[in-house]
Amino acid sequence: MTDTHTTRYRGNELSIWPQLRRHRLAVASIVVVSILSLACFAAPLIAPYEFDAIDLGSIRQPPSFEHWMGTDDLGRDLFTRVLFGGRISILIGILAALFGTALGTLIGAVGGFYGGRIDNVLMRFTDVAYSIPTLPLLIILSSYTQATGTSMALIIGLLSWMATARVVRGEVLSIKEMLYVEAARSLGASNLRIITRQVLPNALGPIVVGATLAVGYAIILESSLSFLGLGVQPPVPTWGNLLMDAQSTMASKPWLTIFPGVAILLVVLSVNFIGDGLQDALDPSARQR
Amino acid sequence: MIAYSARRLLQMIPLLFGISIVLFAVIQAAPGGPEGALLESGRFIDPAVIEAYRERLGVDQPVYIQYLRWLSAALSGDLGTSFSTTRPVAEMIVERLPATLELMGAAFLFAAVVAILLGIFSAVRQYSWFDHLGTGLSFIGIAMPVFWFALILQLVFGVMLGWLPIAGTQTVGASSLGDHLLHLVLPTVVLSFNYIAGWSRYLRSSLLGVLRADYIRTARAKGLPESRVIGVHALRNALIPLLSIIALNLSSLFSGAVITETVFAWPGIGRLFVQAMFARDYPLLMGILMLGSLMVIVFNLVADLLYGALDPRIRYD
Repeated sequence: MTDTHTTRYRGNELSIWPQLRRHRLAVASIVVVSILSLACFAAPLIAPYEFDAIDLGSIRQPPSFEHWMGTDDLGRDLFTRVLFGGRISILIGILAALFGTALGTLIGAVGGFYGGRIDNVLMRFTDVAYSIPTLPLLIILSSYTQATGTSMALIIGLLSWMATARVVRGEVLSIKEMLYVEAARSLGASNLRIITRQVLPNALGPIVVGATLAVGYAIILESSLSFLGLGVQPPVPTWGNLLMDAQSTMASKPWLTIFPGVAILLVVLSVNFIGDGLQDALDPSARQR
Repeated sequence: MIAYSARRLLQMIPLLFGISIVLFAVIQAAPGGPEGALLESGRFIDPAVIEAYRERLGVDQPVYIQYLRWLSAALSGDLGTSFSTTRPVAEMIVERLPATLELMGAAFLFAAVVAILLGIFSAVRQYSWFDHLGTGLSFIGIAMPVFWFALILQLVFGVMLGWLPIAGTQTVGASSLGDHLLHLVLPTVVLSFNYIAGWSRYLRSSLLGVLRADYIRTARAKGLPESRVIGVHALRNALIPLLSIIALNLSSLFSGAVITETVFAWPGIGRLFVQAMFARDYPLLMGILMLGSLMVIVFNLVADLLYGALDPRIRYD
């Protein structure tokens, strides 16, 4: 039973790539995200300076050959700090998306599969969480802790599971009526096994698309929180707190504002294109185009 | 339809009740309590003073008692007294509401008009350079942090070109209606940009779908001018799904206002929220967040009702 099913699912997975490949923007975006992420995660190896190397001899310099993106008030190289900042910002984005998606999938799958009172309680709770404006709640929660990358990722994930929960619940409701689920049940499979082996793999499409888009959303949320002074604290750079630092001297040193923002824009834009491409590749009705 | 609306309105009551419990718990969970704001000043304060302060604010009681007190007062329209100003919370909110509503209204109008025009042109000239530009800009609009876009606009139009003021609602000493409207321009553009991006793309695809319908071919076959075919026959049907998307999206205006008002020093609810958060003003935070949640619920309800009211094929019962 397991074997035949696994094969079928692998077949699905394989069929995504030829579809995705036709979405040229998505392919280009995968390349861009890969290069940017690699550069950020290899920052200690490729960055021209230390991220906290103060050089009072070259403060507030505009972009030049020595300092591609210029330097800040303490003479720290902005290119280096954008690379190091990206490490944390991208990691927060990925972790938050994984956490939020896992939570949403769990709540949606349990609610949709078991139905009845459990479903009712979970969905009313989802309604409540959905109705509270996300950003203000996020602001309050992150003011409680001295923010670290991990705590930011957890808090953002904790507040971005609702859409996934609703989508997964809808998927599960239709999948659990399928004949192969009935077949698995008649063979004596437990609920847990049916959920993890039959139901979830077949709901994987919207889950993956949602998770991809959540990465970009989380990166933007991180930067917004840092901008308000509630994110990861300096001297550890993130794209958000680089922008917070830049705000007061924006008029005289615009490069400090422009480059970290462009980095956010590039990554989020690419991630959104990938999500778009995945959506088209996974959605049979969009395939005819 | 009336029965459905009434039922949805009734469902708002338990929903608001649940929201108030969650919000109260979250706000109360602040480590250090409201006196934390006093202690953070670094000065030494006598513990007895702190104790008296806590007692006066009522935060020495168990959380559930505080909640019940808040709830019974709130049910009779009293949102409590602000910790930081000792003024009634409702009064402080009402005072800030006009500025926020003005900004939201301006952003909504601007976004709707621009998005509808962009959507129509992109659909009529599908795959033209204008259409591609629109698609590109929308993707950028959605991928940009709102505050960064605000900073860039401040940099370009405020600092470099000097065309527009970048903070506040009026020039001190030289305030006039025109001056006030100039101050409104940048915050409005920033707050509406995301919506323009989303709505214009939505209208474009919705129009493209409608333009393939048989009744459009009929309208053209009758010899109607293209402007009438698009502007009347097609647009009316394409706008229906957009309207409920618009209502649904508007529920996020409150979150957007928090950032926009902070960047542009706009004296509205969003900025009041940030101040209340740093001052650990529990009753004020509670009041503002309940208002924000109410906005979300109402706009969601409006979205659902519009959907049913405008499309006769959908029946609620």
